[in-house]
Amino acid sequence: MAVTNVVLAGLGGQGVVKASDLLSTTAFSSGLQVKKSEVHGMSQRGGSVTTDVRFGKQVLSPMVPMGEADFLMVFESTQVDLNLGWLRPGGVLITPDLIPEGELKNRKSLNVALLGAASMVMDFSEQEWVAAIHQCFPPKLHAVNEHAFALGRKLGAGLSRPEVIEGV
Amino acid sequence: MASTERLLLSGNEAVALASLHAGVRLGTGYPGTPSTEILEAFSLIGGPAQWSPNEKVALEVALGVSFAGGRTLVTMKHVGVNVAADPLFTAAYIDLTGGLVLISADDPGMASSQNEQDNRHYARAAIVPMLEPSDSQEAYDFTLAAFELSERWRVPVILRMTTRICHAKTEVIPGEPRPSTMAPHFERDIPGRVMIPAYARPAHHKVRAKMEEIARWNEESGLNRIYPGDKSLGIITSGISVMHAREAAPDATVLALGLTWPLPMQMITDFVNSVDRCIVIEEGDHLLYEALTVAGLKVEGKPEMYRFSELNVTRVRRIIAGDVSPEAPRPRGKPPELCQGCSHREVFEALSRLDCIVAGDIGCYTLGVLPPFEAMDTCVCMGAAIGVGLGLRHVLPEAEARRVVSVIGDSTFVHSGLTGIAEMVYNPPPTGHVVLIVDNSTTAMTGRQEHPGTGRSLNHEPTNKMDFVAVCKAMGVKNVEVVDPQKDEAKFEEILKDMMARDELSVLIAERPCILAAPLIRKLEKAEAEKHCAAGCAAAPVE
Repeated sequence: MAVTNVVLAGLGGQGVVKASDLLSTTAFSSGLQVKKSEVHGMSQRGGSVTTDVRFGKQVLSPMVPMGEADFLMVFESTQVDLNLGWLRPGGVLITPDLIPEGELKNRKSLNVALLGAASMVMDFSEQEWVAAIHQCFPPKLHAVNEHAFALGRKLGAGLSRPEVIEGV
Repeated sequence: MASTERLLLSGNEAVALASLHAGVRLGTGYPGTPSTEILEAFSLIGGPAQWSPNEKVALEVALGVSFAGGRTLVTMKHVGVNVAADPLFTAAYIDLTGGLVLISADDPGMASSQNEQDNRHYARAAIVPMLEPSDSQEAYDFTLAAFELSERWRVPVILRMTTRICHAKTEVIPGEPRPSTMAPHFERDIPGRVMIPAYARPAHHKVRAKMEEIARWNEESGLNRIYPGDKSLGIITSGISVMHAREAAPDATVLALGLTWPLPMQMITDFVNSVDRCIVIEEGDHLLYEALTVAGLKVEGKPEMYRFSELNVTRVRRIIAGDVSPEAPRPRGKPPELCQGCSHREVFEALSRLDCIVAGDIGCYTLGVLPPFEAMDTCVCMGAAIGVGLGLRHVLPEAEARRVVSVIGDSTFVHSGLTGIAEMVYNPPPTGHVVLIVDNSTTAMTGRQEHPGTGRSLNHEPTNKMDFVAVCKAMGVKNVEVVDPQKDEAKFEEILKDMMARDELSVLIAERPCILAAPLIRKLEKAEAEKHCAAGCAAAPVE
């Protein structure tokens, strides 16, 4: 099995790192090797944040090479164009437009909603995702995040899997 | 308990867990990206950890722990090692007792630093062994190995990490705890620990001999690995570059160095001779390439353009291909900014309105240099605001000299500002000077750590609090004022203007808690007040 590359991008405070933790935990719990990398520090002050999550049987570098992301998840519409270079031809782009304003009780859970959408085209079971939500959030935040995740699954039902391209 | 437990840990968390398993008696350090989470994680899992005012003091405390027979961990970012360099270079001459491991967390690419110095130089310059892990598993394994190496040869050991090792999460399967069997005790060893010239001269020879022994041991240390592959291309590498190289050239034979100083020269020579073409893949300076070339080995280095910033798989592919064409620019995201509601905003608005020449410093407030403020003129290193401001005041014509203000944060002031105040009092410029301490009651930039000025220890427990006003007055500063720049914005500007007009020495403390730290600070202060009240009420006489 080849390595799956996911790049998550947004702004500081949007839960980009939390979403990457949730994805990593799900993949890791399913028995895969996982590497997750991000840059802390200055990014905490409202600047752009990008995190790389890679999973598969064996993962070497923790950083997704430019143009090789199978999935690009962007949490802020102004950050989409900026980050398109990460995506490989045939890769899947997931943007916040997928979750219309007002659909979420709390826009703060957009990160988990977008993962819910992505989960429709990834190979982990719903139970594995929910277990990871329980592992990554304190109990009082389980319900709101499970709700956001379920909403994302509903709205992401139309997504297609990444295209398999010879030599990519 | 034999463990087959799989954990997904950052390199920092892996070092913390290994330190717990090594039985570290005390962890010390100063916060700095990307090293900060090591001591926090160590404390969280039950390890004794404390922040020092700066890296030099942290290393000195650690040396004391080692002399007492305890294992000790010292953590800092790459530039922190510059601050700790004074004790480090002489510590190498000394026969240590308890294992001492210094973490140097380098920041190639400068995600959050003022330079991208390559701290591999320190191993060579200070005569200290260096280990470089390539993932969290090795961060765990090498930390334990580093303590054992330190105790066996009685030398400090540097574990050099980089941002992508510190902050990347990868799998760790921890082993059995391997604590030292030594109980803390004092053993007098005057020639071994008192570095007067008479004892330091033989000590220099001794440490060189230790390094020769370690180099021989390193040939079979098990800390360097060969990943077999095609003999047409051999790659010699270390740290995170091991992973990039193995991915970029999956068919190549790779020598991954773990104990990177002193080098296992025989192993490297045999490796070079076993392949047709041998290339050195190293992030930062051309250190390894130079060392191997000096030894007469036929290896290729990387083109100069790859000295700058981080390596990654794409760049390693280019190095192997000898590609020196211009690289595609990385996406430039939205730059960071001062938080909405941050009181540094009012401070920099005032500095901008008063047309100040601002000698700045290291912290969140360095963001005052960016638009819309653009109110910072210099930023060099921790504490430089005061010295640089004084130098400007001494030489500029009077009208310009009066506009000079030194701006320094609270944690930075404790780290390296006190000697600047001593300098100011000792050598006052003719126009006097104004030092503005922007005190937000936390080390904000690195993620809100406590420091001696907050009155709380690393794990937020109450301790003695350093009083900035009393300290500045006692050191001889004439005017010391405290103002909340957000609540009393006009008063703040008025006092600043007044101080700038005088030929006197002034310290203005702009005091308001960091907006991100304030909720926790309020909670901690309330809990403390309630504890005092409970104790007070219980002690009150019953009528």
